[in-house]
Amino acid sequence: METETIIETEFNTDFEVRSLDTICINESHLQHKWYHNIKYLIVGIFFGIVFVKAEIISWFRIQEMFRLQSFHMYGVIGSAVAVAMLSVWLIKKFNIKTIYGEKIEFHKKPFNKGQIYGGLLFGFGWALTGACPGPLFAQIGTGATVIIVTLLSAIAGTWVYGRFRDKLPH
Amino acid sequence: MTITELLHNPWPWYVAGPLIGLTVPVLLILGNKSFGISSSLRHICAACFPSKIPFFEYDWKKERWNLFFVSGIFVGGIIAASLLSNPSPVAVNPALVSDLARYGITDYHSLVPVQIFNWQSLLTARGLILMAGGGFLVGFGTRYAGGCTSGHAIMGISTLQWPSVVATVCFMAGGFIMANLILPFILAL
Repeated sequence: METETIIETEFNTDFEVRSLDTICINESHLQHKWYHNIKYLIVGIFFGIVFVKAEIISWFRIQEMFRLQSFHMYGVIGSAVAVAMLSVWLIKKFNIKTIYGEKIEFHKKPFNKGQIYGGLLFGFGWALTGACPGPLFAQIGTGATVIIVTLLSAIAGTWVYGRFRDKLPH
Repeated sequence: MTITELLHNPWPWYVAGPLIGLTVPVLLILGNKSFGISSSLRHICAACFPSKIPFFEYDWKKERWNLFFVSGIFVGGIIAASLLSNPSPVAVNPALVSDLARYGITDYHSLVPVQIFNWQSLLTARGLILMAGGGFLVGFGTRYAGGCTSGHAIMGISTLQWPSVVATVCFMAGGFIMANLILPFILAL
């Protein structure tokens, strides 16, 4: 118990940030060697292939979605949410553990106004670039090298948010 | 239709959507990881330019899995484009085709419109707004909102968190406003 507390404290160097931005919590308390991460690389590869083959990374498909000219993207996101929701329900119902035998944890995302302001700003960017952060990586992979500029701009945007975070309404 | 043809043709939503949804339990079962992609941009900032900013002063190495995951997405893009590519142009709604033709966008052979997203057009106002401006808004907005389509729309909603529903509604609202009301002026530049 004590070791776990220590790890937790060491990990949560920034409680305020964590409480607002629960997305990047690493729930696992286990420490693994770097090569354990290869499995996430493999999941990412499959995920990237699906992104490209379903044309989710296409600027054209995103324009269709926002102009209500196609059901495709709504079908993708809707069925993804449905399958994810069912999986989460099954994990909770049958108390399914990780492959290391740990209990699977879910974290609350507390509400703050950033979800409204930031959400709208991201929506603008999504319609302009035709990509959310995941597809940016896949677009570069398909050979659209200029998207490196978009990715670097997104990293710059994240940095600027971090720099001026305390001045923004939350 | 052979298996190869099936793999090369665009995959329908009812195949792709469930596969994307399955990423949620796969990441949870592999190591208690919450699905979310935009955090990778924060980890890159924390790793490369923390600049003593509290928001980037954390042990990003513990979040390395996320960087492996996005590297995988990049490799997946390479594999899909080289081995599984679809020779026919992107089939979109004819209404969109005729509308985009007014702005000189007529080439559908690539998923990313090559006529507006290319190195030369970075020097034009239109290209700069779309690529650099749009990218900035994606990075700034997702972090401000605390997540993107994966973290909020898929992971957040599937774990029944109402703030994620708010965020998703705002993503869509922002997209509708930009695509229908503002983008036509930018494309006309």
